[in-house]
Amino acid sequence: MSLLALSDIAVAYGKAEAVRGVSLSVEPGQIVTVIGPNGAGKTSLLTAAIGLLPSSGTITFDGQDVSRLETEQRVERGLCLVPERRELFADMSVRDNLVLGAYTRRRETAKIKSDIDDIYDRFPRLKERHKQHAGTLSGGERQMLALGRALMARPRLLMLDEPSLGLAPLIIREIFRIIASLRDLGVSILLVEQNARAALETADFGYVMETGEIVHDGTAGDLIDDPRLIASYLGGQHA
Amino acid sequence: MTAQIAAILTIDGVATGAIYVLIALGFVLIFSVTRIIFVPFGDIAAFTALTLAALETGQVPGTVGLTVALAILASAMEVVSLLRSGQRDRIPRRLLFYLVLPLVPAALVWASGSIILPMPLRIVLSLALILPIAPLLDRIVYRPIADASVLLLLTVSVALHFALVGLGLLFFGPEGVRTKSLTDYTMILGGIPISGQTLLIVIAAIVFAALLFVFFGFTLSGKALHATAVNRTGARLMGVRPEKSGTIAFLLGSLLAGVSGVLIAPVNTIFYDSGFLIGLKAFVGAIMGGMVSFPLTAIGALCVGILESFAAFYSSAFKEVIVFAILIPVLVARSYTAVHSEEETEE
Repeated sequence: MSLLALSDIAVAYGKAEAVRGVSLSVEPGQIVTVIGPNGAGKTSLLTAAIGLLPSSGTITFDGQDVSRLETEQRVERGLCLVPERRELFADMSVRDNLVLGAYTRRRETAKIKSDIDDIYDRFPRLKERHKQHAGTLSGGERQMLALGRALMARPRLLMLDEPSLGLAPLIIREIFRIIASLRDLGVSILLVEQNARAALETADFGYVMETGEIVHDGTAGDLIDDPRLIASYLGGQHA
Repeated sequence: MTAQIAAILTIDGVATGAIYVLIALGFVLIFSVTRIIFVPFGDIAAFTALTLAALETGQVPGTVGLTVALAILASAMEVVSLLRSGQRDRIPRRLLFYLVLPLVPAALVWASGSIILPMPLRIVLSLALILPIAPLLDRIVYRPIADASVLLLLTVSVALHFALVGLGLLFFGPEGVRTKSLTDYTMILGGIPISGQTLLIVIAAIVFAALLFVFFGFTLSGKALHATAVNRTGARLMGVRPEKSGTIAFLLGSLLAGVSGVLIAPVNTIFYDSGFLIGLKAFVGAIMGGMVSFPLTAIGALCVGILESFAAFYSSAFKEVIVFAILIPVLVARSYTAVHSEEETEE
């Protein structure tokens, strides 16, 4: 059974349809990526999946229909989104951001403390800056904090929206290395990226989205060698 | 003016200012979490004073009727919205929150009838009666328009204030009240008498300001509230419900307004419409803090109190004019120093 199954999802802003009839699924333990150009509707799809945008169609998480649940209820069930804008709490410390990440598990006080230490082990930079306000961090550090904060919820499915956006190439490589390492934690990942090559190199399965629809899908290995994709997205160069 | 007069005026001003501090902190608290400038906030303070006065004379206060009406309305709205979204299983819990809890203090007052309770009990009961009003108003009035602009929310607040003043006249009548003094103690400091009432007001302001500091700095609920204030979307993605944060903000704010109502009732005669002016002066203090900073708000509200006291001494006819006139230099100064946040630029 799929962990997350989106079926026939449509999102519209007034009359403009951003997403039309999209269906996709994420199996437990998988990293699935959705690639495609700017404006293809990838962000709208994730925003609808977490419930911040109204959509039609069915969203099934762990066998249960969550389409009509509020965002907070989806989060409580283990669905988690790191949005493109990161949405950190800018005037709060790094540590407080992490503490709030575990808001849905707020009664497990002792575990939260040890989880914060685990996050610090994974992202030593965050430990160095634990008292600093999130708003004063660099772009890469913010992305690390956004990832760390999301992991504090111990999500079953982590949705990442453009984690490499606006970051320097070296940092991008670091972020993708971290994403790949999350597989060991048993977290399934739905990764939305414009950086198609890096995303496909990390993922197990991929979907290609164009103007609100899915136009190709396949295993990441097949997609990365697909001549049509090489021409339009992969550019024949290694990222 | 002699030094002694100046000292007396300052002490008087600090006492008035401390009342404004309590209300201004509530303004900032509610605004930062919900973006609502809760204009009827002063009315909540005035209604507490009127409730306390009614309990002192063994009458059933008008607050009982007001709370019952609001609780029924809010519960009906809540049930309808839950039925529409197909979440029947959540109805009992919501009814407990919106109907049963607000009605408990009302029922207690009703049951006690004309028995005059001891003072501490009267104060607790007044506060318990007042606390549900703002959260219920939030559910009835603001939640359906939660995503509206700050301007629309403000406009609705002003309308709500006028509605509440009308309801105040209906439920409490036109007479002014003054409650019994909380203490007869008087302290002489350097030849200047300071009443126990003044001391109580100042202590209450300090205690509640400290409690707010601890709540926001050290508790998870406080951090979740702060998180909602700085980034609503971010907070929702962590599973923090903005509606719940809003309710907590309104409850805490009402507690502050209620306490200030209890403290001001023995020193000022309070009418059903006295809340507006008190609220407006506290608002001047909150503006000095830019509606975001708690410490600056407290300082601003204290300054308003002291200025009012001196203005009343020099020219009592113009005291309100002088107090509100300081808004102009404050706003000019703020417009030069204000840092625009990311969210504001976007709108």
